[in-house]
Amino acid sequence: MPLQTPPLRGIHADRGAKFTEFGGWDMPVEFDSIQTEHRAVREDVGIFDVSHMGQIHVTGPDATTLMQRLTTNDVTRLEVGDAQYAAITDEDGVIIDDTVVYRLPDEDGDATYLFVPNAGTDEATHERWIGYRNEFDLEATVDNQTDEYAMFALQGPNAADLLEDVSEDAPTELGRFEATGATVAGVECWTARTGYTGEDGFEIVVPWSEAETVWSRLECQPCGLGARDTLRIEAGLLLAGQEFDLESNPRTPYEAGIGFAVDLDTEFVGRDALIEANEDGIEEQLVGFQLIDRGVPRHGYDITNAEGRVVGEVTSGTMSPTLEQPIGLGYVPVKYADPGTTLQVVVRGRSKKARVETTPFIDTA
Amino acid sequence: MSFNVPDDRHYLESHEWALQTDDGFRIGITDFAQDELGDVVFVELPDEGESIAQEEEFGVIESIKAVSDLYAPVGGGVLSVNEALFDSPELVNEDPFGEGWMLEVEGADETELEALLSADEYEDQIA
Repeated sequence: MPLQTPPLRGIHADRGAKFTEFGGWDMPVEFDSIQTEHRAVREDVGIFDVSHMGQIHVTGPDATTLMQRLTTNDVTRLEVGDAQYAAITDEDGVIIDDTVVYRLPDEDGDATYLFVPNAGTDEATHERWIGYRNEFDLEATVDNQTDEYAMFALQGPNAADLLEDVSEDAPTELGRFEATGATVAGVECWTARTGYTGEDGFEIVVPWSEAETVWSRLECQPCGLGARDTLRIEAGLLLAGQEFDLESNPRTPYEAGIGFAVDLDTEFVGRDALIEANEDGIEEQLVGFQLIDRGVPRHGYDITNAEGRVVGEVTSGTMSPTLEQPIGLGYVPVKYADPGTTLQVVVRGRSKKARVETTPFIDTA
Repeated sequence: MSFNVPDDRHYLESHEWALQTDDGFRIGITDFAQDELGDVVFVELPDEGESIAQEEEFGVIESIKAVSDLYAPVGGGVLSVNEALFDSPELVNEDPFGEGWMLEVEGADETELEALLSADEYEDQIA
């Protein structure tokens, strides 16, 4: 299957980006260097093209009910302009995906939502919504708009200043997880104070045809998926396909440390299983760790206890550009999950000492 | 993008170079290789006195995004190791043919050079 391309692929290539396949998309992985891009976001401001993220639009008299039934958080708490992190779980309470749900202005008097599933999952997610809408006999329109909108993430302590420079009505008064329509570089965009880096910043949903106008005016360090990964690992945030995966790493939100996004007082697919899981407690949980010995932890490496018995697996790891220390995430039995616990990570056949750390690894906005 | 390929040395297809010195051969990776890897954060090298064999692994290099084996362009006994890389692995990015060198080996069989690429041939390979 040919890869999907973001609207600005040619512009990124001209800027010298290297590309990688991610979720079926051909995306920039590195523009200058991961360390340069990472530092720009931590200390100044950087911009990511995240047009590979899905956009699904839901409206109609039963839009709220449909969203409530298929996401783990309480959608009824959202007022227009609110954003909410949630998981999408199956009947067993296992995470299929994680997403941010935005409540858009009402359309024709009906509550209206935009939610952002992960790269490559938009079609399956769209089908899931349609399937359950029909099964529950709900009146709602579900549109997959992934190919109609680009999405840029402007991230870093100076993101608000830059946005103010190119926007007549810069939404710099927005709180975290708030969103609004705003004119950016003369283009009407959905602009949210959200991100995936642990820094202050904005995610901007831009009509595909206007993508170049907005991107070119938001002049700052362009950043690729490489820096996006190191930034989110430092912030202790989950990556679909690594920290959870329906097939290769089935996890409940409680194991993955996102129980805060589950509201058991709402009615959703997976709720019964999660009530039980919540009562039983978890056996394994996601932890952050730092390697004390030299080496770099990577996805798939074994985690052992101090005696060398395998107790878990690394889901993500990197050399942290901010801390200049090797850090990672992985699942271990709860008895090894307390910060300070000594573990080992097997790096190419050699055991390297590691210590469980609290996440996020850095101070976040 | 064009990469530096000095013509005073020999190249292995897997992007390592060998430079003849008074004592034997100096070994490192190419400008193209460091660019492909991105920010180098960790280098694992053999100890002095160990021997390495041509086209066999002699170490590991890790960048933020990838881990990669290092292959010996020539065999021999390890005479010295560039210990500066342990504290400053970024030297491999900054100066791959100079201060980012990795090993010096002695006692190499010079006929092994026949199996290596010239600068021109290596340049064609990465073009």
